[in-house]
Amino acid sequence: MDAPASRPTCRVGLFVTCLVDFFRPTVGFAAVKLLEAAGCTVIVPPQTCCGQPAYNSGDRAAARRVARGVLDAFADVDYVVAPSGSCAGMLREHYPELFADEPEVALAAQRLAKRSWELVSFLVDVRGMTRVDARFAGTVTYHDSCSGLRELGVKEQPRTLLAGVQGLSLAELPGAEICCGFGGTFCVKYPAISDRMVTDKAEDVRATGAGTLLAGDMGCLLNIAGKLSRLGAPVAVRHVAEVLADMADGPPIGAPGRG
Amino acid sequence: MQATSRAFKENAGAALNDPRLQRALGNLRTGFQERRRAAVAGLPEFERLRDEGRAIKDHTLANLDWYLERWEANVRAAGGHVHWCRTAAEARDAILGICRAVGARSMTKGKSMIAEEIALNGFLAEHGIEPVETDLGEYIIQLRDEPPSHIIAPAIHLTRDDVEATFREHHDELPAGRPLAEPRQLTDEARAMLRRKFLAADVGLTGANFLVAETGSSIIVTNEGNGDLTQTLPKVHIVLASLEKVVPTLEDAATILRLLARSATGQEFSSYTTISTGPRRPEDLDGPEQYHVVLLDNGRSAMLGTEFQDMLRCIRCSACLNHCPVYSAVGGHAYGWVYPGPMGAVLTPGLIGVEEAGHLPNASTFCGRCESVCPMKIPLPKMMRHWRERQVERGLAPAVARWGIGLWAFLAARPALYGLAARLGAGLLGRLGRRRGRFGSLPLAGGWTDVRDLPAPEGGTFRDRWAARRRQGGR
Repeated sequence: MDAPASRPTCRVGLFVTCLVDFFRPTVGFAAVKLLEAAGCTVIVPPQTCCGQPAYNSGDRAAARRVARGVLDAFADVDYVVAPSGSCAGMLREHYPELFADEPEVALAAQRLAKRSWELVSFLVDVRGMTRVDARFAGTVTYHDSCSGLRELGVKEQPRTLLAGVQGLSLAELPGAEICCGFGGTFCVKYPAISDRMVTDKAEDVRATGAGTLLAGDMGCLLNIAGKLSRLGAPVAVRHVAEVLADMADGPPIGAPGRG
Repeated sequence: MQATSRAFKENAGAALNDPRLQRALGNLRTGFQERRRAAVAGLPEFERLRDEGRAIKDHTLANLDWYLERWEANVRAAGGHVHWCRTAAEARDAILGICRAVGARSMTKGKSMIAEEIALNGFLAEHGIEPVETDLGEYIIQLRDEPPSHIIAPAIHLTRDDVEATFREHHDELPAGRPLAEPRQLTDEARAMLRRKFLAADVGLTGANFLVAETGSSIIVTNEGNGDLTQTLPKVHIVLASLEKVVPTLEDAATILRLLARSATGQEFSSYTTISTGPRRPEDLDGPEQYHVVLLDNGRSAMLGTEFQDMLRCIRCSACLNHCPVYSAVGGHAYGWVYPGPMGAVLTPGLIGVEEAGHLPNASTFCGRCESVCPMKIPLPKMMRHWRERQVERGLAPAVARWGIGLWAFLAARPALYGLAARLGAGLLGRLGRRRGRFGSLPLAGGWTDVRDLPAPEGGTFRDRWAARRRQGGR
């Protein structure tokens, strides 16, 4: 991969995200590989979750308890990078607001916010990565996760890097900017509405004819993969980092495991 | 209007299983969204206008008392009357008083969401005054005795077939075999029926898109011209408006008008933009003899100075409805009160209480599309989150959700304990799910697995696998 040799190395704290940690560790290793290719030293501090479930449920006190752990754990890295627009958006856009009325923590939250990035936009926008050393035979389509797209402006960066993957062709997804219906606890609080949204999404994905759906957030991916398999649609689902890191040889999300 | 917002889930379920409604809503996804996109793309300064519009409204709200008093003085100077009303009941009484003073028997109405908010039609009918809706969509749903399901397209929940059936049922004095298959034929029939009502009305009532402080004027925009007939033909014109409609100058109104139609229908400008200042003057060829403004608060002033103040910038364009995936799925009636979609999810709890409307700010994925298209840049998801916070503070959130979040937060604040729980869970589910790769059902996960499979975890957690790799000194 073309790590820009002129850039100074930097210490990146990988914010794994609770969903990657639990469901799809491969994505974490893919992120490490990409970050190292971009000339970064990766460390993984003890961590759990960004606190978004509590924050979006209106429980600020619980969200602050969880978020303080993140502030402490990532206090001494140059950047915090997450393979998720949703969690990166929480750190970057919402932590400062969460601690706005706690002056002694607010400064730390603002500092962390400025250093926090979604993985693919970090590679492209901060590290100047323009291509990756990866192969993927087939047509993929791409869903723009809401938080990454609208809170962080992640849109062109994944397409830029995917364009350099040998053998890969991208079929754009109609309605790629429409929510898949995951929405954290929304999907279990209002399952009928969520079902309608993810069914529409799955049908749009199927209509592209692509063999693989990619996105940058595990929440959306679990939701869409779950619906595609419920519908019996033969579409593989993967996190975009797996393809960019040339680590897409294992079973896709929701497919039978090896061995 | 009696709220059914508490039954949002049931309302939504019924809407999702109503094929006619779903067919009608299908038009929304393509029409409004695509037209807005094209209109915005055609105006390079659109983003700058959004900032200007927001600044105008913020400035006005910060000085609301001053602008309202200035506006009132100018209304009076032009010969009009202002009726300040704190509640819906006061507004209804003010309108009834104006009608009774002129012995009114019928009232034509331009489109007004505030009239829905104060449930005016039923009240007038009870008091012997016939209200006649003159906006085509409002006319249709008045015949059907339904509330609007959308702010600017009140009958969007209906198909053409529904409208034809409604006209055949209610216009029973017309020949039964008349052709009504074309939208044009439906429009012509409604126009003919309404023309008589326009000419017979004693009072005309309109809403207001703006109240202009520097001139005391009210401004409405329509595409059918019904507002002009409503306000110029009868002897009395009543403007029914909420207090946040005031803007300082005509220039300010013009700035926001450039945003309004583009955001709403994708038009550059509405077909009719009508400015009314006071009653007819001696030299005027036409116009009403009396001009009244019934100015409603109904809970809005209580939002000033709170985290919900930004909501008062709303210009009712409906862009947030048109782009909301939840609104697109369930339609407007499911929300259970006057204002649907994202703007309703924020405004409704402010006006009728979060106890009544608690579902509305929760039924959002926070996808943020509403905020991204809002011409007034209202942070709608953020304010929905604030309503959720109010619910938690007041103990209104469901107990299961509170305990769930509490247990999760207890673990998430303790990385070692959390790591242990995640290891056990991911290990167990990974083994159970290895063969199929997914779960079709799972205890306690019905909300998820009733409608989609749950992909199985790979097995060990990332943190464990990372630690193991570090111990081996390789990667």
